[in-house]
Amino acid sequence: MLAIKVILIIILTPLAGGLLVGFDRMISARMQGRQGPPVLQPFYDVWKLLSKETIEVNRFHRFYVYLSLMFIILTAVVMFSGGDILLAIFILSLGAMFFTLGGYASWSPYSVVGAERELLQMMAYEPMMFIVAAGLYYVSNSFFVRDIINLEKPAIVYLPAIFVGLVYILPFKLRKSPFDLSVSEEANQEVIQGISTEYSGRALAAIEVTHWYETIIALGFVYVFFAANSTLSRVLAVLVCLIVYLFEMIVDNSTVRVRWQKALSSAWIVSGVLGIVNLTILSFFNF
Amino acid sequence: MTAVLTVLTVVKYFGNGLVLSFQQTEVMDVLMLAVEIGMAAYIIITGFKEKKYLLALFSIIQIVMIVGFEFTEKKGIEVHDYIVLDKLSGIMVLIAGIIGSLISIYAVGYMKSYHAHHKEVKERKSFFFSVIFIFLSAMFGLVLSNHLMWIYFCWEITTFCSYLLIGYTKTDEAKHNALQALTMNVGGGLSFAAAIVILGTKFHTLELSALTSMKPNTIVLVCVFLLCLAALTKSAQLPFSSWLLGAMVAPTPSSALLHSATMVKAGVYLIIRLAPLLGESVVGRVMTLIGAVTFLACSMMAITPHDAKKVLAYSTIANLGLIVMCASVGTQESLWAAILLVIFHAVSKSLMFLTVGSIENVIGSRNIENMNVLMQVSRGLSIALIIGICGMFLAPFGMLISKWVAMKSFIDSKNILIVVILAYGSAATMFYWGKWLGKLNCNRKPKGYEKKMELRKDEKAPIFFLTAIVLVSCLGYPLASRYAIVPYLVKIFGTPPVIPIGTGDQILMVLMIFMVSMLVLVPMGHVPTGLFPKRRETPIYMAGENSGDDQHFIGSFGIERKSDLSNWYMEEVLNTKKITFWCNIVSVTLLGAGMILLIGRWGM
Repeated sequence: MLAIKVILIIILTPLAGGLLVGFDRMISARMQGRQGPPVLQPFYDVWKLLSKETIEVNRFHRFYVYLSLMFIILTAVVMFSGGDILLAIFILSLGAMFFTLGGYASWSPYSVVGAERELLQMMAYEPMMFIVAAGLYYVSNSFFVRDIINLEKPAIVYLPAIFVGLVYILPFKLRKSPFDLSVSEEANQEVIQGISTEYSGRALAAIEVTHWYETIIALGFVYVFFAANSTLSRVLAVLVCLIVYLFEMIVDNSTVRVRWQKALSSAWIVSGVLGIVNLTILSFFNF
Repeated sequence: MTAVLTVLTVVKYFGNGLVLSFQQTEVMDVLMLAVEIGMAAYIIITGFKEKKYLLALFSIIQIVMIVGFEFTEKKGIEVHDYIVLDKLSGIMVLIAGIIGSLISIYAVGYMKSYHAHHKEVKERKSFFFSVIFIFLSAMFGLVLSNHLMWIYFCWEITTFCSYLLIGYTKTDEAKHNALQALTMNVGGGLSFAAAIVILGTKFHTLELSALTSMKPNTIVLVCVFLLCLAALTKSAQLPFSSWLLGAMVAPTPSSALLHSATMVKAGVYLIIRLAPLLGESVVGRVMTLIGAVTFLACSMMAITPHDAKKVLAYSTIANLGLIVMCASVGTQESLWAAILLVIFHAVSKSLMFLTVGSIENVIGSRNIENMNVLMQVSRGLSIALIIGICGMFLAPFGMLISKWVAMKSFIDSKNILIVVILAYGSAATMFYWGKWLGKLNCNRKPKGYEKKMELRKDEKAPIFFLTAIVLVSCLGYPLASRYAIVPYLVKIFGTPPVIPIGTGDQILMVLMIFMVSMLVLVPMGHVPTGLFPKRRETPIYMAGENSGDDQHFIGSFGIERKSDLSNWYMEEVLNTKKITFWCNIVSVTLLGAGMILLIGRWGM
């Protein structure tokens, strides 16, 4: 039973992620007045990448990408099988860490710049992730996702400010503007291609699939805030996930990339203020 | 030898613990007093000679207080249990014994290489080793004694030995830093002595165990506050942190000894002992906040330095801050986390200190920027360092497990500010370890680089053992928890603690350890490179024509230019001086507030 569940998670998560990215590309194109690619384009891309010749700068740096992918898959399994949300965050950052190490391993100027920016991004969004976990624990007295989504009332009732903070840092994880400093989703060159500069073929395909997983995991955090023990709330939660994604798309298309100082300081200030305010009010009412 | 003896002793008495009471201790007391007076005399003379009058003043007050106390009040006080070996002391003895011995072995080899490099430093090896051994025995005495006078005696000896070790090279900088360390720690000793005098006069007891089982009324809290103040100086917490940074001028083995396994751990050991009296009380709150400020500030400041040893120093202070936070929150789980943090920090940090010391001998620099060739120069060292770094912050390793539990206990005790600070500090921690790890993993070819010196065997062996210990402690922490930490906590709180990490999580973690081990295996070349043969190797992309060696490119005017990559230190954003200044003010204010609150309550 558990095995089937795990296999389903491993297969369905990237499918959903790929579809979402496909829709994203289509809708973004429409926003910009273009026709845009078909919905299944991300899958075609990955399929094509898999058959390409791999060009690499040394023998090691592609392994970091595969390891990163494995950690992200593990995160998805832990999270969507109702496991410990704090553990999920730890593994997620481990995956991101391996991705940056891949950037360093090539010792190519653009990759290393990308890797350092990725580290900066991690430093910027990590506090909010911990505060999210802390808030959810505060409300449900458990770090387990299965307990959190079985509350009488959804967590959002108690944690609205923390949710806003989460939405604020989501662009980091979704690699969307204004916080896409390390690796942009769009076809750019030079610095913004970042860590992915020196990857091609299968390794680049792996990066793409990792991104699909990460997208769904990021939305998983949104889901956890809205799901409660009724079916209706869960359907609603999925809808909210889609709305949040749409919102991030609009933000992506209407903002410009910010400088790193602003990305870091704004993310830290927003998470600190919202986190402390929300938790203090909760403890004031002695919930 | 010491290590074997330590292990044997601890194994023997671990089961039921050991309590020693002595009948005739007058000779010992007189001896101790004589040594104390001798040290004080030396310190006072040095203080006047070097024009450090504050130091002399501290020392004079202290010795007058202790001598006066010895001959007046102390006569009537009976002490039953002089030596108590319970599980906590057992753990501390094991840490100091095993790691201390490994560091001593390492020091033998290191000092030879050190003097080969630094001809200007006069060789005083026998002096160095005798001080190290006195230091270790003082440390054993400190964790085993229950009699506060004895603890105080060992406390002062560690202070004095650290002064001698820091000043080893006898350069101006070393002398200055040694005196600074001495001043701060003697100040701490003064507060320790004051606590003893108050405790002895008011309660007629000098036993640590008696103190911890008292009801937290105001006078007890004053004593606890004074003892905690002493612990803060020893553990280099924020207003007193500068001595530890200055202590980095000492040869690496002594830094390793002072900053990983012994000296600084004495402070947090005392706070862990006093934990039952902290918790919700004023003193507990003040300590928690100071620990938190230290953790956050030092984690952020650790981003800026290029010098590997300085990064280690900042991270040591930060982690000690974390331990102080955990210990002073005072719930069962947070204490569990604190003790585990002490263990994990000691093993990982000592490994890193030793490795950095050897790296300095091998590549002639301890600048992190120069470590990008390390993988090609000395694979063993870079792998040891990678394991050490992973031990400090990556997911399945010890520090993170403790952070996990700490987080839970902070939320349970409704310390919201602390939870948020923990989140921020962890994020900064990840950044500075991450970039160092990246530097080590970058596989740069050591072009135009000469190897300075081969690694000596007696340096290699301790590093190898410590690496093994780090790995074993990651896998074996549930055992340590079950047989040592949990029984200790049961004894204090009466009920077994609820540790939120289940068996399922542990299986996951073992899985993760295997995956992280790829981090070591990949650079060693044990990876299936022939799996997909359709590959081609090219030079890296440089946005200009790569001139072939991956380090130069043809610029826009047709000139060959060198590309140089450096890590990110954010020196402008994170101004160390400013942060230190403001955080010192915050922590002094906190201490002052704590003192005023206590005095106010005492007055009423």
